[in-house]
Amino acid sequence: METSRRNFLKIGGLCALGLSSLEVAEAFAKSQTAKFLNNPQAVTAKRWAMAIDVKKCWQAEKENCKDCIVACDWAHNIPEIPVQRQEVRWIWNEKFENAFPDQESSLEPEEIREKPFLVLCNQCLQAPCVRVCPTKATFKNAEGITMMDYHRCIGCRYCMAACPYGARSFNWRDPRPFIKKINPAYPTRERGVVEKCDFCVERLAFGKVPACVEACKSKALIFGDLDDPNSDVRKALASRYSIRRKPGLGTMPGVYYLI
Amino acid sequence: MLERALSGSAAYKRLLGGLLILMGLGLAAYITQWEHGLMITGMGRDVSWGLYIAQFTFLVGVAASAVMVVLPYYIHDVKVFGRITVLGEFLAIASVIMCIMFVLIDLGKPMRVFNVFLYPAPNSMLFWDVLVLNGYLLLNIFIGWNVLEAERKGTHYPKWVKPLIYISIPWAVSIHTVTAFLIAGLPGREFWLTAIMAARFLASAFCSGPALLILLALIVRKYTNFDPGKEAIDKLLTIVTYAMLVSVFFVILEFFTAFYSNIPGHMETFKYLFVGVDGKHALVPFMWLFVILAVAGVALLLHPNIRKDENLLVAACCCVFFSMWLDKGVGLIIGGFIPNPFGQIRQYAPTVPELMITIGVWATGFFILTVLYKIAVSVKEEVRG
Repeated sequence: METSRRNFLKIGGLCALGLSSLEVAEAFAKSQTAKFLNNPQAVTAKRWAMAIDVKKCWQAEKENCKDCIVACDWAHNIPEIPVQRQEVRWIWNEKFENAFPDQESSLEPEEIREKPFLVLCNQCLQAPCVRVCPTKATFKNAEGITMMDYHRCIGCRYCMAACPYGARSFNWRDPRPFIKKINPAYPTRERGVVEKCDFCVERLAFGKVPACVEACKSKALIFGDLDDPNSDVRKALASRYSIRRKPGLGTMPGVYYLI
Repeated sequence: MLERALSGSAAYKRLLGGLLILMGLGLAAYITQWEHGLMITGMGRDVSWGLYIAQFTFLVGVAASAVMVVLPYYIHDVKVFGRITVLGEFLAIASVIMCIMFVLIDLGKPMRVFNVFLYPAPNSMLFWDVLVLNGYLLLNIFIGWNVLEAERKGTHYPKWVKPLIYISIPWAVSIHTVTAFLIAGLPGREFWLTAIMAARFLASAFCSGPALLILLALIVRKYTNFDPGKEAIDKLLTIVTYAMLVSVFFVILEFFTAFYSNIPGHMETFKYLFVGVDGKHALVPFMWLFVILAVAGVALLLHPNIRKDENLLVAACCCVFFSMWLDKGVGLIIGGFIPNPFGQIRQYAPTVPELMITIGVWATGFFILTVLYKIAVSVKEEVRG
């Protein structure tokens, strides 16, 4: 009696396993790439990139200008979390010594040492966050933008350990109560997922430049296709000396700083 | 065989009861985390992995160490290990279950964990770690159970178990190698970016795991009628001694590379861990305790009387186990995040609920271990009759 019950359970377990694997096989059989049309207004590029003209940035009409940051926070429903270690940031200011910790000599001109440097996701060509993600929730789109699927992310935060730029934020708590005014054009996030700057991919789809670029009255943020020699970004890089954050790591950042 | 876990002495039941209380407290804290999210922990945007992942890393080592009894017994025919291989395999089962729990409780969206299988990402080391850990768990369950059952019936275990045993040996190495690769290949985390990470993991695993196994064997001998045998413990002790010496050697190698090269990124975390930077030194006491315990452990292991004096043996094993826990379960993971990518020192300290959850998972592991050992020991007592 005992052995037959055992065998029954064993066979039952195997059957259950077999049946559940059918579902998986079916899911694989179904997986075809979705067919949809791009918006005809959309702007496209081989690789989107940004050049930040720090001189122009510092010559803003207002002292401590934060137009780009405010525009981004509004566009993407970024919460204002009161606890510093739980903050969510897409674009923010850092000092030179923090943005470029391995390039400072401490003898730079005072302006460079004291004035703010905008930091955001570098949209690396060789993005470590994409490499480590166990579910492909963070991925590269066809235009070189590192994107997030908030519905697939399991919140393991491996991408945060991998990002050498501290550009990723985790929703340690429910962000919604901390959003001042909700922008219905962009989804809010749930707690438990990672997020970061996506170069306003949702605006590019409608032919608009990123919110920060649009908001900058000094025209300090130059946005364009890095693979197009006639783009604004390429022209700016050809005419001025630029640096990137931690270039020695081989991530090939797509955000340049015109010094 | 499971029914053997249901009956036992009063001490056995008290132990399980105590562990259940700790598990309940951990569960209560976890319900809070489920309700409010990981905001109840001390982790943040700078130190984004904390105690949970650090325990996971350490316990993968304890799990992998089962191979240190399995390999000599099945490959080199070291007969004295025959009586304790099942103890090693059951320790591996309990450890891997703790590992899986520590990863699950660290997730922001645990209900989505099966996305790892739905959208497999072979470029992610975490994907491979999930595969090898679960595989190792299954291997040890199948092997341990079948071998024990055969022992109970006085027969030889089924033939199909043998290939699984051989597979389990490189598999044990793989779980710790992949876990080391998890952190050893990240640009910008210089503290982790070292080619000997996997080797260091294995060395520390092969001293901390067998040290724990010795302690467990002594406990089993004291409270039951099953004697794992002095020779088996002596053999394990030899393994612990060599692995501990190699572990300490590897840590010294890390210091040499960091400080002789004088590269700031490689030195900064060591400075933070051992002397503190900018007046911030939360982990300094832990790291010096690690040094003291490691040195004491080595001294005790090399003491000529260690094979005669059991108090020395217990002290040595405790020193080894806790020093390796401090190194891997505290310093290694948390240290990797300090300084942060902006060169700032942002410290981390676990919160009370985070500690309760951590203790709850450890208690769960020891509960499973106690039950499994109870079954194994009952079978062995019965067979010897």
